[in-house]
Amino acid sequence: MLTIKNLHAQINGKEILRGIDLNIRAGEVHAIMGPNGSGKSTLAQLLAGREGYQVSAGSVDYLGRDLLAMMPEERAREGVFLAFQYPVEIPGVSNALFLKTSLNSIRKHHGLTELDAMDFLHLLRDKMKLVGMDESFLSRAVNEGFSGGEKKRNEILQLAVLEPRLAILDETDSGLDIDALKLIADGINGMRNPERAIVLVTHYQRLLNYIVPDVVHVLSQGRIVKSGGAELALELEQHGYGWVEAEYAARNAAQER
Amino acid sequence: MNLQQDSRQNIEPEHVPLPGHDVPWVVRARQSAFERFAAHGFPTRREEEWKYTDVSAIGKRASLKPAPPDPTSDAAALILFRDSGHLMVFVDGHYSGELSAAGELPAGVRLASLADMLNEAADLPEAFFDQLHEHTIFAALNNAFATGGAVLNLAPGTVLDAPVYLLFIASGQGAAIYPRNIVIAGEGASATVIEHYLGVIDAHNFTDVVTQISLGAGAQLQHCKLVQEGSGAFHVAGIHAEQAADSRFVSHSFVLGGRLTRNDITSSLNEPGCLCTLNGLYLLDGKQHVDHHTRIDHIAPSGISREYYRGIMNGESRGVFNGKLLVHPGAVKTDAHQANHNLLLSRQACVDTKPQLEILADDVKCTHGATVGQLNDDSLFYLRSRGVDAALARSLLIYGFANDIIEKVGVPDLRARIRHLVLERLPQGGQIKVML
Ligand SMILES: Nc1ncnc2c1ncn2[C@@H]1O[C@H](COP(=O)(O)OP(=O)(O)O)[C@@H](O)[C@H]1O
Ligand SMILES: [Mg+2]
Repeated sequence: MLTIKNLHAQINGKEILRGIDLNIRAGEVHAIMGPNGSGKSTLAQLLAGREGYQVSAGSVDYLGRDLLAMMPEERAREGVFLAFQYPVEIPGVSNALFLKTSLNSIRKHHGLTELDAMDFLHLLRDKMKLVGMDESFLSRAVNEGFSGGEKKRNEILQLAVLEPRLAILDETDSGLDIDALKLIADGINGMRNPERAIVLVTHYQRLLNYIVPDVVHVLSQGRIVKSGGAELALELEQHGYGWVEAEYAARNAAQER
Repeated sequence: MNLQQDSRQNIEPEHVPLPGHDVPWVVRARQSAFERFAAHGFPTRREEEWKYTDVSAIGKRASLKPAPPDPTSDAAALILFRDSGHLMVFVDGHYSGELSAAGELPAGVRLASLADMLNEAADLPEAFFDQLHEHTIFAALNNAFATGGAVLNLAPGTVLDAPVYLLFIASGQGAAIYPRNIVIAGEGASATVIEHYLGVIDAHNFTDVVTQISLGAGAQLQHCKLVQEGSGAFHVAGIHAEQAADSRFVSHSFVLGGRLTRNDITSSLNEPGCLCTLNGLYLLDGKQHVDHHTRIDHIAPSGISREYYRGIMNGESRGVFNGKLLVHPGAVKTDAHQANHNLLLSRQACVDTKPQLEILADDVKCTHGATVGQLNDDSLFYLRSRGVDAALARSLLIYGFANDIIEKVGVPDLRARIRHLVLERLPQGGQIKVML
């Protein structure tokens, strides 16, 4: 579904991603772990289409298309979804209006009829139950005055409503208490299916107790330095990232010799 | 004196048939106001209060003479919500009994046209008509020529649930229109008043209106004003409130139309425990110019004031906001907050925003903030990442910015109406409207 080859990207001339290779197939759950500042969010935002990154080399193929050539809204309509690490507040626009505008934009793109107020409300009620959100959140402005945890839930609500093919979740677990984490993990597990790929960006292992990934990648200084199975996350939890980085450096040095 | 085409003779109040021309004190009040105007003329930009707003074009108009009543005008078509409580319609400043529907009023509430009041000299305290606000010469001009407007008099303890809807229609080209409104709320009385100024599309009338408000102890008034004048129209207004102990005054000012609009909105918190809220939104395009000068005087202790003004400027338009806040000696425990935020949507648009705080009492809390900016990139990206195209995302953000002010209006019909009017002005507003 998603093939990233040798991706290099800069922000204001500073190289943040330094040669990423990643292959994600439909039906898989990948975890991308790594220390703070390693480039996880940069990768996630770049995939969603944020401006301000200069891609100096490499390519990203999404379902046979050049993802980097698509507008952010086009990517979303074609099924790419990013749950933001820091969800944005939109004063004066209610959550309901926001979700309706978004869902209808995507439906229209696929030639589906736009949902009317009643159908939309029904859909929303079910999805809100899924993430344990109160209906009062519908009339409140998007993320305005939401607690950290409420913002994260709101991202998952959008995920549940928009039903993307490729979901990238950037640190959705941070700021959640254990009950909320379980609830959201249940919601995400419920969305696993053979047509959908999920990428969990996190630097804690905690979330992966509830959502068991097929593949775990370690990102460090803009490179994937190690990939492995779910057990890799446990090792990282116990021993930190140092040993992976050291191993990678040694391997590189050996290759150079 | 810059009355360029009218000879003084021609427009002197005594030569124009005006309401109250048989009542000696009315004639005297008009004459002295006219003298004041004639001596001073229109303000120039050299005056601090008019630094950013050039009214010289008004002085160059064909006539300042009040428009005559026009029984043939088809203003009825313009009435928006007829069933909304107590409707009074004024066409070119003249009360139209035919178009109005004042409805049932509870005992103790009097709602009448100013013209009737002046002719009868009934129920109307002389002081209200005579009273001039020294900070604007336009009030003097209004006093000299006022033809219509509403007088609402609420006896102590009376509560008017449905809003009083005053609709001012400018039908003709180039007419000078002088409405005068007076609201007197006795102790503990409460009401909502809507002033709606509506001009036909390309009207270039001049409206000079004054609204005086007196709130007794514990009285409550919500005042909503909506300016939708025609594209060539000048609109100059004063709204002046006087508040007794524990009264609440809430003012909403929306300006969506007109060539040049100047609103002076003032309130004086004369006794302890008053609450005053001034909200406003201006949405400008083309060469529109809108100037709000607000002034809140905290004279007595423990007053609370809140002020939220927002502007959205496109094209070559210009917004002006001047928020004066005076905390007089002795007005301890004053709690005041003022905010003016502006969105510039084009390079040629501009805004002048100036908070003016003078604090002469101790133990007060006064805060203010003003910003001028563009649409936020993070918000735009967030919306686009959800499949919303860039143009719709922009309209949605502008709508949200405006809606924060619209939401404060306590009249559901009017709130919905203003939302729609704002959306009609946004490029993708139609798409948003169907989703509300
Ligand atoms: N807009 C920006 N301008 C300059 N540097 C940035 C910007 N955004 C991120 N960075 C830098 O890029 C690096 C990676 O950041 P980020 O992708 O947020 O890391 P992570 O999500 O793994 O914690 C950090 O060193 C960060 O300081
Ligand atoms: Mg991050």
